[in-house]
Amino acid sequence: MELLLFDGFNGLIQGAFYALMALGLSLIISLNSVINFAHGGFMVVGAYLAFTLAPYIGFWPALFAGPILAGILGILVERTLVRSMYGRSDPIYSLLLTFGFALIIEDVVRTIWGAQGVPFEIPAALGSPVSTTYFFLTGYRLFVIAAIGLATIALFAFLRLSRFGIRIRAGILDLETVSALGVNVYLLRSVNFAIGTLLAGFAGVLAAGVLQLAPTMGDDVIMATFVAVVVGGIGSLFGSVLGGLLIGLAAGITTAYYPAASDVVIYVIMAVVLIVRPRGLLGQEGLFE
Amino acid sequence: MSRRVYVNGAVWLLLLTAAWWLPLIGGYMALASRVLVYALAAMGLNLLLGFTGCMSFGEAAYFGLGGYGTGLFLTHLTHSTVLAVVAGTIVGGIAAFIFGPLVMRRRGIYFAMITVAIGQIFYFIAERWNSFTGGEDGLSGFSRQPLHFGFATVPLNAVAFYYFVLFFFAIGAGVIALLLHSPLGHTFVAIRENRRRAQFLGIHVERYVWASFAIAGLIAGLAGALNALQNNFISPINLYWVESGNLVIMAVLGGMRSFWGPLVGAIIFVGIQDYVSSYFPNNWETFIGGLFIIAVMFFPNGILGIIRQRAKAA
Repeated sequence: MELLLFDGFNGLIQGAFYALMALGLSLIISLNSVINFAHGGFMVVGAYLAFTLAPYIGFWPALFAGPILAGILGILVERTLVRSMYGRSDPIYSLLLTFGFALIIEDVVRTIWGAQGVPFEIPAALGSPVSTTYFFLTGYRLFVIAAIGLATIALFAFLRLSRFGIRIRAGILDLETVSALGVNVYLLRSVNFAIGTLLAGFAGVLAAGVLQLAPTMGDDVIMATFVAVVVGGIGSLFGSVLGGLLIGLAAGITTAYYPAASDVVIYVIMAVVLIVRPRGLLGQEGLFE
Repeated sequence: MSRRVYVNGAVWLLLLTAAWWLPLIGGYMALASRVLVYALAAMGLNLLLGFTGCMSFGEAAYFGLGGYGTGLFLTHLTHSTVLAVVAGTIVGGIAAFIFGPLVMRRRGIYFAMITVAIGQIFYFIAERWNSFTGGEDGLSGFSRQPLHFGFATVPLNAVAFYYFVLFFFAIGAGVIALLLHSPLGHTFVAIRENRRRAQFLGIHVERYVWASFAIAGLIAGLAGALNALQNNFISPINLYWVESGNLVIMAVLGGMRSFWGPLVGAIIFVGIQDYVSSYFPNNWETFIGGLFIIAVMFFPNGILGIIRQRAKAA
């Protein structure tokens, strides 16, 4: 029982990461119609930048600086590369383009920071165990859950309450009409792409405190993120959160009973979802077919 | 028509005489074998990607399964290299045949995702099943055995192995060419061009996608079998989705609407990997990634696509 609680909670943390990654990816898919294979790359870049900045500016400022820089990189990439994909009717080309960019990111990160993993220092206050009664739990893990929860709430509040967020949601429904109403949709898409990569960077910094930093850490995460989006349903932000939490929990619970299958279970879930309910749990029918 | 004959003749002549001219330009035979292995896998993938219009992102699964099939066959059952290749090919083909019904109904991004999912399942099985597959360290302990012809025994050194690979490459490429000129191949292209119209014409689109998927898996299995023999080693990395992505890069870079496109893509990919990594050991991926981005942005029909356009304009 203790083991199940421990692994289940770990799975929940994992799921929260996936949910945060999937939210950003889902935003980009919905408004930019771009399947961003470099999403894991942006996560890694955010994490490494925070790692580099933390000794100079401290952990807390780095926690925000890393993601913001990932967001700025996102704008640059959107302006120079991704934008030329908007006219293409087939979203597959955007997948190919960002796949090429993901290769470059991984390569550059390896060149700058080395192929070996590096540990990311977290403040001592967060590193100490909070409870050992039921299972071992460090404060950092609780902090991660809270931070991801806050970021998610902030994003949904932004999309519901701010004028810009409402325009993004309107654009997801019908970009042409939004454009006809006089909204600068190029700016809208740029900012939206940046928000997505910023969320990826934030997930990266938080993950860096739990795992080691390594140039290839994006490879596994990007696939899990796609799984979360597909399971939750392409086009549904809430579905992405649900999908992320679901596959994280499933992986955690599998770890408790049959560790060897913990990695494979999320792909089995995705395969089953695609067979039984191709649009995902909360997705719309016929999108991106 | 005659142009096609010239092009095909030139390609086969160059491939057959590679042992003579490749050392002159600084290449070596193992590199040429690698090119052929990946070209064959990418040509199989291109049957799906370029000619049926289905974006498969999990072709490495069948490539890797072919490798494991061959490796395990050589380890446990036989010393015949040719039989092991056949076994690996069949393993790849059967796996694709079995999973075809799961993927054939999906389109676009969903097709890419379900093929990735199946590929990743195989990857994690290969990585975790230590006792059978050697786990994370990969499967070694088998090696390609000399060929027995009755009158002579040929050890498969680098040059002989190149021609061994070329022999199977010719079979694979021949099968694909025959297929593309048959009604079946024309049906694939019809599905790519307009799936719905093909459906209205009474074509069972899903069955044809299944066929395309199974044949692509069979070819990938053959390539994977040769790959295992080339390295005398097979690792789970050969099944990972990144390997699938590499095959897609080759097909798109060379030209996915062209028969020889994947071969050109494989030459560029393997060439850059080999050449650049001798100068910048860790940065060849940047070159590939950059070239690939340029290709997707400016010439989505690949290098052969440009050449063909020029030829048409002239």
